Amino acid sequence: MTQIRKQDFTRLTPYLWEIPTSFQAGMRVPVRLYADERLLKAALGDKSLQQAINASMLPGLVSHVIVMPDVHQGYGFPIGGVAATRLPSGVVSPGAIGYDINCGVRLLSSEVGLEEAKPFLSDLATALYRNCPSGVGVGGNLRLSAKDLDRVCREGSQWALKNGFANEDDIARTEESGRIPGADPSAVSPRAKQRGRPQLGTLGAGNHFVEVDVVDEIFDEQAAAAMGLTVGQLAVQIHCGSRGFGHQICSDYVREFQPAVKRYKIQLPDRELVCAPLDSPEGKRYMAAMACAANYAFANRQIMAHHVRRSFEETLGGRVADWDLTQVYDIAHNMGKIEEHRVEGELVKVCVHRKGATRAFGPGYEGLPEEYRSLGQPVLVPGSMGTASWVLLGTEGSMEQSFGSTCHGAGRVMSRKRAKKTVRGDRLKAELESRGIHIRARSMPGLAEEAPLAYKDVDAVVEVVARAGIAKKVARLRPVAVIKG
Amino acid sequence: MRVPEPPREMYEELEHTADWALRVQGRDLPALFVNAALGMMELAGVRTGDEPGEVRRIELQALDKESLLVDWLHELLVALELEQLAFREIELQITGGKKLVGTFQAVPIISMDKPVKAVTYNELLIQESPDGLEATVVFDV
Repeated sequence: MTQIRKQDFTRLTPYLWEIPTSFQAGMRVPVRLYADERLLKAALGDKSLQQAINASMLPGLVSHVIVMPDVHQGYGFPIGGVAATRLPSGVVSPGAIGYDINCGVRLLSSEVGLEEAKPFLSDLATALYRNCPSGVGVGGNLRLSAKDLDRVCREGSQWALKNGFANEDDIARTEESGRIPGADPSAVSPRAKQRGRPQLGTLGAGNHFVEVDVVDEIFDEQAAAAMGLTVGQLAVQIHCGSRGFGHQICSDYVREFQPAVKRYKIQLPDRELVCAPLDSPEGKRYMAAMACAANYAFANRQIMAHHVRRSFEETLGGRVADWDLTQVYDIAHNMGKIEEHRVEGELVKVCVHRKGATRAFGPGYEGLPEEYRSLGQPVLVPGSMGTASWVLLGTEGSMEQSFGSTCHGAGRVMSRKRAKKTVRGDRLKAELESRGIHIRARSMPGLAEEAPLAYKDVDAVVEVVARAGIAKKVARLRPVAVIKG
Repeated sequence: MRVPEPPREMYEELEHTADWALRVQGRDLPALFVNAALGMMELAGVRTGDEPGEVRRIELQALDKESLLVDWLHELLVALELEQLAFREIELQITGGKKLVGTFQAVPIISMDKPVKAVTYNELLIQESPDGLEATVVFDV
């Protein structure tokens, strides 16, 4: 391992830096980082860039490994990383997608003004906390049979629609309409199914949350109008994933791929990056299992949205003029997707690994609902508790530069250990409440780990992706109530 | 072989930006595995009562000792999540670095601060140290 310094980068543009393949033996493609000077310094503060260099050694990569400005150290592949491998024989790496397969964000807009909602915000936070099952080992209200779970695996959000948890507009405004093709429940272990059955419709713990926001500022009037976002009105973000179901699927395949890399004579600097060719039996089975977890996560966020709507109705029904919530979009930020991208003028089919990175397709993509097609795909970038979140659009630049990808959040900058030592959960809760942000959280140490000071400045992250041209600003949100597991 | 409860310095949390990293020591492989389990439960903030739990037997087989450690901690992770049970009074035997046989008391947990999503292979290497063996385990949380 070679120590990485600022002078090891070539500055390609004011917001794009490159480490060439000559930097370390084994690199198959360069690593490109989107950052300004300050965010570059932050990225040099942990092992995230070394992890990106390790990822650049995966077989079958095209162009370059991309690192977003919210990058931070993960467990093998950096969080905030994008890597595309060429079909058919390029590899898929479960660890480069992550344990929380299809962890993602959903945004709902409302007609409720902050001022009319203010007297009821505390009650709303309590209702959300009560209705959205969260925390360690907490199961949901659903009792899924084995057959039901298999249907969720195949149908994703469509299952939620059939069972009364969704409307047609929700489905249309979900990435891939909430259903990834190719899901095969027979590729999922009995233990994953055992963990998945009780957890559908639950938030979980960690950095997952439900957050009520107010639209703070609009940067693109036309796009904001199409999304139903108006300054001063409430919106809701839901951040969660595929729960123990996805965690077990990833664990199973990281284990299964340990001997597979030897069979395929693939040498890697970190065993967490284990992989298999996409056209191998192992690679195909993982993709079929990953699709099951992805569909489970789409259904999970859909059911959470149902709980959020119920909470709005319980708390605001009859008290404000219109308490309905309309889906703006739902997008994954941990996923492997088969997509076509232009590489050196040629249209190439690739598996885009996005781990802590959001798909950001530009205008004209046919899979977008009609109202967004000429604008580009909505991108949802949650901040940390107490700071802004952003709504962006994918651009032609993201299609040209970053395999239709952009950032996914603020990105951590402080370790969890230090955050717990620096911050007391109960004091943080009191401080946020004094700023008018209602907090409901089960674990005070957990809250401390997620303190805003542990994260980068999300505004700076968004500024970089906007200036680099891989996303366009639409609206900024600020939190008024946060529910954490 | 019965492994006694280790002193606290047998595991320590290291700095890690996004996840939890735990440096674990043990005089031999069984001790290292037990200490790793105890460290993982402490990181997760697991609290149990004093009552004895049901004695369970465990048997695992893996590719190598690192994989065996991941599998062992994964069994604990699943017990915590699915059954809300912690491990106590752990007795392990490890043969050839690839086979683990043992018993433990499965004790109901009273509370847990934060679950572990996964035990990872990230930079995982069991190495000799002045006191026996040492490894750093990164947990996805």
